[in-house]
Amino acid sequence: MNLESLYQEIILDHYKHPRGRGLREPFAVEVHHVNPTCGDELTVRVSLVGDVVTDVSYDGQGCSISQASVSVLYEQLVGATVTDGLATTDAFLALMQGRGQVEPDEDVLGDAVAFAGVAKYPARVKCALLGWMAWKDAVAQAVASETPEVAP
Amino acid sequence: MTAVHAPLSGLLDVEAVRADFPILSRTVRGGNRLVYLDSGATSQKPVQVLDAERDFYTRHNAAVHRGAHLLAEEATDAYEAARATIARFVGAQTRELVFTKNATEALNLVSYSFSNATAKSQHGRSLPQGAERFVLAPGDEIVVTEMEHHANLVPWQEVCDKTGAVLRWIGVDDDGRLDLDHPVHGLDAVLGERTRVVALTHQSNVLGTVTPVRRVADAAHALGALVVLDACQSVPHMPIDLAELGADYLAFSGHKMLGPSGIGVLWGRYDLLAAMPPFLTGGSMIEVVRMEGSTFAAPPQRFEAGVPMAAQAVGLGAAVDYLEALRSADGSLSGMAAVAAHEHGLTAYALEALAEVPGVRVVGPADTASRGSAVSFVVDGIHAHDVGQVLDDRGVEVRVGHHCAWPLHRRFGVAATTRASFYVYNDTRDVDDLVAAVRHAQSFFGVAR
Repeated sequence: MNLESLYQEIILDHYKHPRGRGLREPFAVEVHHVNPTCGDELTVRVSLVGDVVTDVSYDGQGCSISQASVSVLYEQLVGATVTDGLATTDAFLALMQGRGQVEPDEDVLGDAVAFAGVAKYPARVKCALLGWMAWKDAVAQAVASETPEVAP
Repeated sequence: MTAVHAPLSGLLDVEAVRADFPILSRTVRGGNRLVYLDSGATSQKPVQVLDAERDFYTRHNAAVHRGAHLLAEEATDAYEAARATIARFVGAQTRELVFTKNATEALNLVSYSFSNATAKSQHGRSLPQGAERFVLAPGDEIVVTEMEHHANLVPWQEVCDKTGAVLRWIGVDDDGRLDLDHPVHGLDAVLGERTRVVALTHQSNVLGTVTPVRRVADAAHALGALVVLDACQSVPHMPIDLAELGADYLAFSGHKMLGPSGIGVLWGRYDLLAAMPPFLTGGSMIEVVRMEGSTFAAPPQRFEAGVPMAAQAVGLGAAVDYLEALRSADGSLSGMAAVAAHEHGLTAYALEALAEVPGVRVVGPADTASRGSAVSFVVDGIHAHDVGQVLDDRGVEVRVGHHCAWPLHRRFGVAATTRASFYVYNDTRDVDDLVAAVRHAQSFFGVAR
């Protein structure tokens, strides 16, 4: 492993030029997640219309990995269905927790494959996951609040 | 010898010291020399400490303060001899020294004395004579500082939540010193008639600042308050004179001073320890146990429930012996005075070298007056995690993040810093490697000026 394989060009590009950054209206749910070991913070808003993710807006501060990761998330998940978005999230989670042993599927992950190198640095995995866990939390809340209550 | 890399006087003979630390000769991340600059988090251990632990386990191991067989006697003697060595090291009486698992537990031991005494008092249960000093009423005040490590902050927040006491804090100025004369956050403004405890650090684990403990202690004592000193970053690095400090309690950990992990120390004035209810309870801390209730042993045993960490105590005793045997390369100083002078020289060298790097800003005092060897900094345009990653790629191991002092980082408007901390096995070459790696990080992330 070397620095270049960790900090892929695509990661540095997203870090320096984040896509979709900033908090926007309307949104269904807003969540605030922190990484207690380093103090990184991220606010994520999710907007859904039916089963489609119409927006993921975010703001926060953190390292290049955490900020680039949420920027990639924005590009990958906005416009996708909730189902596909969660499938991508699961694939990303499996990649991050794979200690470098999981072969990334670019068809599912898109640009998020660039984070494959992070999996070999266990201390940085939480950085890469910060935005994805926040989004997953937010979308779960949004779906739950939209599910019509069923009479017992 | 180290002459090529050591233009400073008063340094230790680092080559000789490093020979005692096997881990320092390993390589990291693709064959790089290990540049260990994270002793503020935990120090490395010399073979003398490892051998002392191994010798205990291979020849004397038994449960201390139990049983009457030969090994039990030898183990107990070794454990108590270590207590005596460590007590002498900080100028304490042996019976005033309590072994804990770490400094965090030592600080919790003191803080729980307040919440436990308060709870027992509310139910009319028996307390040691003099325990009213530890009984808090709603509106009583506990004072900390804005530069505390979470270990000397969160336990006091908990005491407040359990007793109705109020937490107040002394502020920090822009240079990273306690702002004792501030009209709102200063000593006179924060301490008052209701102050019962003042808990502060002796040396900030982030800023390196050495606090004016005596001044704070005198003000606290004038109000009848007790003074708890977090000495985690001072005992390993400078000579300690308990009488001069004026604190009532002192907490430090073994693993930051060349000793093993799993052992910490609480020193407390004996009359105070004797007035405190127990913290952790169980075996060997009792006097008499009946089904209806129990009475408790005198300190320090009252606070050492269960089979204690004997090998770690022995290892810490060996660490103290090691520190006391160190000598400046020029023979001018010995023991902790030599350690302090060595670190002072390295810190001055590092502050000067970092000041020459555009875009690097030290958080904490820029000069070495009343300052220890923790040097935290931000690199403009690069998050501390990314700085640390690039440094690590070159074998330079530093701490990144908020260093368990989140409010302090908030005070300085930064989420995270990069911290280099020096100890007896570091030399100017390590500082040079640090600075070169920081410049490399700037270049890697395209923020070099």
